Amino acid sequence: MRIVVIGAGIVGAACAHVLTSAGFDVTVLERGAVAGGTSSSCEGNLLVSDKTPGPELDLAVLAATRWPQVAGELKDQLGDTFPSLEYEPKGGLVVAYTATAADALLTFAETQRQAGVEAQTMTPREALRLEPHLSPRIATGVYYPGDAQVQPTVAVEALLASARMAGARVRTRERVIGAMRDATGARIVGVRTDRGHYPADAVVNAAGPWAGEVATLLGAPVPVLPRFGMVLVTPRMPHRVFHKVYDADYVGATQSGDADLQTSAVVESTAAGTVLIGSSRQRVGFDDRLRARVISEIAAKAIALFPFLEHTMVMRTYGGFRPYMPDHLPVIGPDHRVSPLYHVTGHEGAGIGLSLVSADILLAQLSQTTAPLDPAPFALDRASLAPHLKEAA
Amino acid sequence: MTASAVPPAHDAIRPRPATEVEIQFEGRTYGGVLGQSIAGILLANDVLDWRTTSARQSPRGLFCGIGVCFDCVVTVDGIPDVRACQRRARGGEHVERQHFSLPTMRGH
Repeated sequence: MRIVVIGAGIVGAACAHVLTSAGFDVTVLERGAVAGGTSSSCEGNLLVSDKTPGPELDLAVLAATRWPQVAGELKDQLGDTFPSLEYEPKGGLVVAYTATAADALLTFAETQRQAGVEAQTMTPREALRLEPHLSPRIATGVYYPGDAQVQPTVAVEALLASARMAGARVRTRERVIGAMRDATGARIVGVRTDRGHYPADAVVNAAGPWAGEVATLLGAPVPVLPRFGMVLVTPRMPHRVFHKVYDADYVGATQSGDADLQTSAVVESTAAGTVLIGSSRQRVGFDDRLRARVISEIAAKAIALFPFLEHTMVMRTYGGFRPYMPDHLPVIGPDHRVSPLYHVTGHEGAGIGLSLVSADILLAQLSQTTAPLDPAPFALDRASLAPHLKEAA
Repeated sequence: MTASAVPPAHDAIRPRPATEVEIQFEGRTYGGVLGQSIAGILLANDVLDWRTTSARQSPRGLFCGIGVCFDCVVTVDGIPDVRACQRRARGGEHVERQHFSLPTMRGH
């Protein structure tokens, strides 16, 4: 079965890897470079801690077991000369500064515990034992051992390298311009690009924030919107941040639909020794200009979390678009209007983490086997998306 | 590499004698002129590297020279991550080679 995957970011790469491993004939089409969009302008979060109990948390819990397995397989397959995925099961620490915020955080953590997430409540003293450089002004913390991190661009390249070894083709700098259709015009039989035709038995739209544009080209609009996020990078330094550490505002920001700017401190070290400091969310269309106000707001919140950062330089800042769905759930599965088209997109800031399990669900749908979890909540024709779908069309 | 300073009489931008300054690096004193970058002084004194990489212990010195790449960072008077290509010498600076060993992740 020939599959065309549109998009060579983490989701497209995960789909290519999972589908070729299962014996599908896969071609990946990418208009830019591999990992040239969202996947190279994010932080590589594999988080369970920021997910509200429900379908997305179920996905994240499954993803947390899938990453170490795939990281190990890729290492075995690609060898030691391939750059490391930097998969770090380092755990996440969420902190609140005020009694009100602490109550909200602890209530939230309790709902996650009931959903099967390991979440340990920490006194300030216990939190400071985990993170000695943390501000002593925190009121409470919750530690999530299930949070992890990966180097996202290496992860994309590794998944694609593995897919290529299994026969997949990856065509970059090739733009999809439309669908090939059968004689009736009702059915998609492949895609057309600016360089040729690719007949396919199924087409997978994994174009991230640009999936809306791709879906429209294929005659099946999807309400994916870009949400812009910025990250600050320090020079490398001796390690002083040992987990993913963030303030409890982050959960509110990820769940919000507000177009206005929202920032919260998300701080973590990388294997190279740099510290990544996020995060922001802002709906500004595809305007990718960096904004000084956002940078200073993120920096101020990060300094509140880790006071030593006040004396640290910012070496770089970068920003990227997150694929945002109006009802905060990714779309994974067939398009009910145009066949055989599948969408795997809309993961917003969780795409790195959720890519593999999303690809697993897609594989189950394409091979008509049982998915690792119920895909119904992620279906394009779900009720919560209906008004937005109508608007997009 | 040798320094080839423009004679003050022919310097259209600053037609007066330059003030000489000295900086310290790894136990030695190097001379330059006031306002010259630390990288400029070191290079003019045949010092080509002033940082050691974390993973491979490789020498690093000037790369982009315009403040973008952060390859040339040094510790100046105790402050780390100073870009040698951007910091102008005032004289008397203690410049130290920067080297951090790769951090060990402390997973739980």
